Parts: sequence; structure tokens; C-alpha cells
Amino acid sequence: MAEIQIKNVAKNFGSYQALHDINLTIADQEFMVLLGASGCGKSTLLRIIAGLETATTGEVWIGGRRVDHLSPKDRGISMVFQNYAVFPHLTVFENIGFGLRMQKLPDDEVKRRVERTAGLMHIEQLLKRYSGELSGGQRQRVAVARALAMEPDVILMDEPLSNLDALLRMEMRAELKGVLAESKTTAIYVTHDQVEAMSMADRISVMHQGKIVQAASPIEVYRDPAAEFVASFIGNPPMNFLPAKAAGSGRWTVAGQNFDGPASGKDLKWAIRPEDLGIADAGFGARAKVVEPLGAHLLVTCDVDGHQFRAVLDSELNVKPGDVLTLAPQEGRGRWFDPETTLAVA
Amino acid sequence: MEARLLPYFLILPVTLFLCLFFLYPFVLVAQEAFGTENGFSLDNFREVVSYWKFPISMKNTFLLAAAVVPIQLALSLLMATMVTKMQKGRDLVLYIWTIPLGISDLAAGIIWLAIFEQSGFLNSMMVGLGVTDQPVSLLSYQTPWMVFLAIMLAEIWRATAIMLVILVAGIGLIPKEYYEAADVFGASRWKQFTRITLPMLRPSLQTALILRVILAFEVFAVVAALGGTLFPVLMGEIYAYQFDLQNGGAAAALAIIVLIISIVFTLIIMRALRVPKGATI
Ligand SMILES: Nc1ncnc2c1ncn2[C@@H]1O[C@H](COP(=O)(O)OP(=O)(O)OP(=O)(O)O)[C@@H](O)[C@H]1O
Ligand SMILES: [Mg+2]
Repeated sequence: MAEIQIKNVAKNFGSYQALHDINLTIADQEFMVLLGASGCGKSTLLRIIAGLETATTGEVWIGGRRVDHLSPKDRGISMVFQNYAVFPHLTVFENIGFGLRMQKLPDDEVKRRVERTAGLMHIEQLLKRYSGELSGGQRQRVAVARALAMEPDVILMDEPLSNLDALLRMEMRAELKGVLAESKTTAIYVTHDQVEAMSMADRISVMHQGKIVQAASPIEVYRDPAAEFVASFIGNPPMNFLPAKAAGSGRWTVAGQNFDGPASGKDLKWAIRPEDLGIADAGFGARAKVVEPLGAHLLVTCDVDGHQFRAVLDSELNVKPGDVLTLAPQEGRGRWFDPETTLAVA
Repeated sequence: MEARLLPYFLILPVTLFLCLFFLYPFVLVAQEAFGTENGFSLDNFREVVSYWKFPISMKNTFLLAAAVVPIQLALSLLMATMVTKMQKGRDLVLYIWTIPLGISDLAAGIIWLAIFEQSGFLNSMMVGLGVTDQPVSLLSYQTPWMVFLAIMLAEIWRATAIMLVILVAGIGLIPKEYYEAADVFGASRWKQFTRITLPMLRPSLQTALILRVILAFEVFAVVAALGGTLFPVLMGEIYAYQFDLQNGGAAAALAIIVLIISIVFTLIIMRALRVPKGATI
């Protein structure tokens, strides 16, 4: 059992506040992804959980035990470092077996585990090499294998696949997810790749400027973003926003169209995903500005009422810049945000 | 200028300088060592080696090196680790520890002589504390181990800092992330030292040890000041041949022997602390 609880954790570097009051519970065996832009504090949070950094305030609990005061090796975790930290003076074999040697496991057990995890990461042919003779991607896989070989209760991974090519990354993603599920490991996985986050996570925590904006299942984060930041950070292309004018008793006018919405007094923003738009007889008048064929789809950037508006349309459609399209949103897919708080309004 | 040739052009002045002031004198010394009136011969070497003081000065030099260098290695490693862990005042401590480096070896010998001689500090202190009734002669032929100890102390005091400086620089070059990884994967402080610091410090250890071992074979002034003729060493014998006995050939031959010993030890150290290809930081 290794549930992780982060209670009111904040971190200051001098006068710079890198983390603000983080509260997060990661269930036993859950695969939690920390997603956010560069510099938002993902690594800092991970390092606090690992014990490599001390929180300015707050508590960290792992498996029902408060671990703030414990050194990293006593927390029952293992970790993949963002900068790999693969030991240059040891062979790949000894790197992967480093933690096992520290636990004084017998040689044949070390060998068994090293070979198994090296096989998972497709680096079994590199075991005799030194890290100076490895590529960045190979070194990264050594770092992952070293963490997996520990068979820990909790594994912390800081962008463990960032340096692999697209194909290998896809393969490793599945591999990693499978292994961790099988070994019932609680995982925290840092990435800024949304596809990775979506495909691997049980839950995603979206971070922004040292805060967790939303922690929910991938589909919820995608469909019901809790804030404008999430809506514009997740999804490629991001959500479209249009100002909404209140027309009384839950009725709203958005770029000349009428919608039912929340019963709010002040003006809101209405948002829709580009793929939830289609060509219809009635809807927004949109003048196409840029047309990008993406193979499966056609990404059309238009102008609606003076606002930039993107639609993902069928690639068979013949759209040219300058054409005026009539775009209608799919039923039930529009979302509402308060422009002042930037939070979602139901 | 062609980029291929530029490096050679740039090292030319140093090369010329070394040829003029190192290689040329070296050739002269070698000539003197191997040459007699009737051409090439090993007579000088035979003379030097068969002299009764040769084995004892050889033994003394090795004994001193074997006693001093390991202690200095351990001390400098300990000091370097301590200095590296310090948050504040690190530079100040380093400056203080390296003060002996700025003192010539003869001066160092004289300082320690002032401590150990019959009218020295140590004797005054012992008398003052009532340990002995009157000053005793510590550095005499009756107490050879005391002479050895005094020379050892002086050498350790004088030349540990040179290793310290090299090791501090070397430890500073080891990225912090490796210690973090070792920490996460369960290495204790001691294991981190033996599994991370020591192996990653190999290049610096190499430099420090080679430098120190060569200096140990060249030990002279400290021994001369503290031991005089009680503790003959190789360098002292070279001095005696050259200036007391006016036998340049023998002095040159002995110098070549010391050179060969130094080269052999350099090779051994380089081999022992070799970093495998691809295993560098
Ligand atoms: N040791 C430190 N001293 C001062 N500031 C730091 C330190 N470590 C991190 N920061 C700052 O804290 C913020 C968060 O850093 P962090 O490394 O957690 O970002 P990240 O989300 O992991 O980014 P990336 O995706 O680029 O790895 C950054 O603005 C960074 O400059
Ligand atoms: Mg990071």
C-alpha cells in the first residue's frame, strides 16, 4: 500500500515562490501524471516528494507515514531523473543494478532483475557499455531501467521518455504502463507531452505557475477543463473562446447565436473544442483565413466576429482561404468560463 | 594560417622553451652519467650502487614515501570532503590549510627543527609541564625513530595541501545529481564516498598522487634540516656526490636512477587509476 499525500506544500527559492499550497492525494497503484508548461514546478514537486528538496511548508505522506524528515533512501521510492544522472563510471549493468547492490541482494537476483528491466527498455545489448558511449535516448532508458529494477512501491518519473523518437516513445509508453500496472506500483509521471499524459494517466494534474489547477481523469480534463488555462493548454489545437453576452434567465448571445447557459449575472466566455464544430445550415459565420490539411482532418483557422476561431473539419471538404463557412457546435460541448476568475462556470 | 597547423604553431614557444631548459640539460646529465673517457659505460652506475650508503638511502627514501604518502592521501581526502561540504567560510579555511604550500621546504624543515631540537618548543613545553627534568636530545643517533617521526610530521605538514588543492578542485567537478541518484538508490554517506566520489575522482587522484610521489622521491631539504646525516636519502646522496665529492658522473647516474623510479611509479599510478574509455563524466 503506497498512497501519497501532499498536504499544503509550498516551496520558495529565495524570494521566488515555485510552489503555492499544493494539495494532492495519489491513490495506491494510481498512475498520476503531472502536466504543465516548462518552469511550472513539476520537477520541484517531484523532488520534494523524493526528499531531494525540502518543502518550505507542508507535509508529504507516503503509505500512511509522514516522510518529510526522512532521507530519500528511506522513503520507499525510486526515481527517474530529468537529467538521467546515469553514473558515468559504471557500466550499464552496474548502473541498473546500483540500487540492488546497495540492498546487498545476491548476485543472481541482481543479474535477473537487471536483465529483465534492460529487456523491457530494449537495452539488453548495451549492458557492458559505459554511459559515455551511449546516446541520450539510451542513457534515458538506462535511467528508467535503474528505477524499475528496484521494484519500488512508488516510482517518480521526471520526463522519462522525453529523448526518444516518436515510435520508440509510443512503444515504451505502453511497455511502462503495463509493467507498472502489473507490479501494482504507484507512479507519478512528469511530462509536458499531452498525448503522453492522456494515453497513460489514470488521473492528470495540470500545473500552472506553481499551482495545481485541475486533477482529474484525462477525459474530464479534456472535456470539462476547470479553468481557461487547462482549456487552452490541453488539446491541440486548443479550445476556442468567444465572449458571451447575457440575454436574461440563462440565455446567452455568442457572436450572434443564442445558447442556453448558466444563470449568471455577469458576462462570461463561451468555449468550444475545434473538433466539436461542423459545417451546418445555421451557425457562426466564419471567414477562413488559413487552411492546413493534416491528413485525417482539415484545420481551418477563421475569423468569427473579430475573434480567432479554429475548426477541425473533414479533409474531404474543399475550403479555401477567404471562403465563408457556417459552423455549428455539437450539442452539449460548449463550456462557460468566468473571465475574472478564469474558472469554469457550470 | 591553416587551422590544422595552428595548434602546433601555438605550442611551439613552450616546446622550444622545454627543449632548451629541460631536454638539453637532461641530455647533458645522461651523457655525464653514461659517459667516461672511453665512451659509453655503466661504471658510474656500478660505483653508485655498490657504495654502502646506497641501499640505506634507497630504503629510507622508500620508507618515508610509504609512510607519508598514504597518510597525506587519507588526510587530503578527508579535508577535501569537509571543505566541499562547508557552506560558509570555505575559502578562508582553504587558504589557511594551504599556507604551508607557500613556505619553502628548507624553511619548513627549520620550523620543525625549532620544535624538536634540544632547546626547542617541545622540550621547553615538556620541561614546563614537568614531564622531563631537563631538555632531552630528541633528534640524535640514539633515537632514529624520533628523527623519522619528525621528518614525517614535517613532510605531512608541508605537502598535504598540494594534494588537497587538486582534490578539492576534482570533487567540485563531480555533478551534484550523481549524489542525488545515489541517495535515492540507497547509498549511505560512506557508500557515496567509495562508490561515487572515489571513482569519479580518479583523474584528480592520479594527478595528485603522481605529483606527490615524485616529490616524495625528491625529498631533501626537510631531511637535511631535521636528520642531517642521520637519515640519508637519495637526493642527499646526489648532493653529496656533486658538491662534497665533486663526482659529477656519479651524481648524474644517481639522478637518472631517481628519474627511473619516478617514471615507474608514475606509470603504476596511471595504470592503477585508469579510467576506462567511455567512463568519463
Ligand atoms: N534550485 C533552484 N533555485 C532557484 N530557483 C529554482 C531552483 N529550482 C527550480 N527553480 C525555479 O522553480 C521553477 C520551477 O522549476 P521546475 O524545475 O520545477 O520546473 P519544471 O516544471 O520541472 O520545468 P521543466 O518542464 O522545464 O523541467 C522555475 O521557475 C525554476 O527557475
Ligand atoms: Mg522539470
